[in-house]
Amino acid sequence: MRRVRQSAWLLLALVALGSLGARLWAPADYATQFREAPNSAPSYQHLLGTDELGRDRFSRVLYGTRISLLMAPAAALLSTLLATLVGGIAGYLGGWWERTAMAATDLFLSMPWLFLLLAVRAMLPLNVSPITSIAVTFLLLGLLGWAASARVLCAGARGLRDSDFVLQGRASGLRGFRLLAIHVMPNLKPVLLAQFWISIPVFIISEANLGILGLGVSEPLPSWGSLLRELESFTSFGFEAWKLVPLALLVLVVSSFQIILSVDEVHA
Amino acid sequence: MQKIVQHLAAMAAVVLVGGLLSATLVRLAPGFGADEQQLDPRLSSESVEALRQARTRDSDIPRFYLHYLGRALRGDLGESRTLNRPVRQLLAERLPVTARLVGAGLLVGWLCAVLLAVGATMARKPACDLLATLVAGLFLSVPAAVLALLFVFANAPAYLAIALVVFPKVFSYTRNLLAKNYGSPHLVTAYAKGVGPLQILVWHVLPVAGTQLLAVAGISVSIALGAAIPVEALCGIAGIGQLAWQAALGRDLPLLVNLTVLVTVITLTANWGSSFAGHGLKAREA
Repeated sequence: MRRVRQSAWLLLALVALGSLGARLWAPADYATQFREAPNSAPSYQHLLGTDELGRDRFSRVLYGTRISLLMAPAAALLSTLLATLVGGIAGYLGGWWERTAMAATDLFLSMPWLFLLLAVRAMLPLNVSPITSIAVTFLLLGLLGWAASARVLCAGARGLRDSDFVLQGRASGLRGFRLLAIHVMPNLKPVLLAQFWISIPVFIISEANLGILGLGVSEPLPSWGSLLRELESFTSFGFEAWKLVPLALLVLVVSSFQIILSVDEVHA
Repeated sequence: MQKIVQHLAAMAAVVLVGGLLSATLVRLAPGFGADEQQLDPRLSSESVEALRQARTRDSDIPRFYLHYLGRALRGDLGESRTLNRPVRQLLAERLPVTARLVGAGLLVGWLCAVLLAVGATMARKPACDLLATLVAGLFLSVPAAVLALLFVFANAPAYLAIALVVFPKVFSYTRNLLAKNYGSPHLVTAYAKGVGPLQILVWHVLPVAGTQLLAVAGISVSIALGAAIPVEALCGIAGIGQLAWQAALGRDLPLLVNLTVLVTVITLTANWGSSFAGHGLKAREA
């Protein structure tokens, strides 16, 4: 299992490095059109062929991977921070605060995630600049994805609230947010980290779902979601297998996250 | 009885707040006040004024929501702006389609997940376990929309796409649960005494795991309903998933509010139903 985990880490590192250095190895910019060669098959010049607008697919995959791999952790960070604010503090304070925060969490959890995401995304303007569309998509993922983590963090903070060292801290005169910052938060760190890592693959998949439904990152910027939209015009798997590269990459990356997380769970 | 009343009261509160929240979000969305109908030159000034007044009433969120609640209690759920049809009629037409799709998906997904988990755990071979986990992990990594597209392309039934979304989540939970149960001391003793694997499964493992699995049943309904949106939208199935998609794109406030409330009620009922069933089973065991 250790080897599987190491392979997963290696794959993630390679994909991250490859996408971060997109400017170095991409043969063209993600928006550059080769008008004389639309929908071309893989060649020496275009390793994965070109799309229907004549853009180099390999370059778009590299840049798209960079966007998805950078923005999903950013959204995960935002959702974990929100979960800490709602769940962590509510669990620490207890009583009315905890009940109200958990009622709000239940409200969020009672609405199917994709349903909620889709509705809120569609309420915002669809015709925005590509950069804004990235911000809107991943901001929404971060803002709406906190509920499950908040519940876990609330339980963790509640456990810490009644622990001996917190009681001792209270007895020695520590109060309120100082006690929270010195004794509770540092002990919640493992739970926070776990929730952060769990959120990343969830957000990558959610962005892909939104992208395929036309509510994700706008053209010409690529992301895994917008790259997968090409599957809509698919006619045959056998003859155009190279079009499945973004899907294969997404599955490999998300699977790597799952492997790392499952091994972590076993060790925990 | 008191617990049931408490749960119903909590459910009503969550539904009311959820509906108000979605109404607020839609109202605040840019372009909400724009209505192409008002630009129609064939309409008289009185008709345009009536449309404008209807819009003004809807733009005041609390007023709109109270008005909506009053009508909903009388069974009138309003009219869809994008489809120009009563919402109640739309829901009555489309809910059975989604219920069949989600129901079949859940059934197949659960069957595959439980059978594979039981097989992988009973085989007691790391290779079998790894293979089953890899298969589940693969489907866990594929977005529901991609599965829907692949099923459209393969001309396969759409409920299988929902089944494949539900399957990995139920499988991983069931597998972990069974593995934990099989490792418990009384089962190790039973094995040592020569009790058959099937007897152990039926008499010792499944009854214990059953109550815990019920908790996932409610959550799997929510997962399947979420997956119904891309599956119905991309496979062209006229269910509430597709309706939600159309309502969201058209910013159809009455339809969206009703759908939000409906989906929330279904999810909460499923969650609390499975929770009650679990408590009932536990009480009977005790």
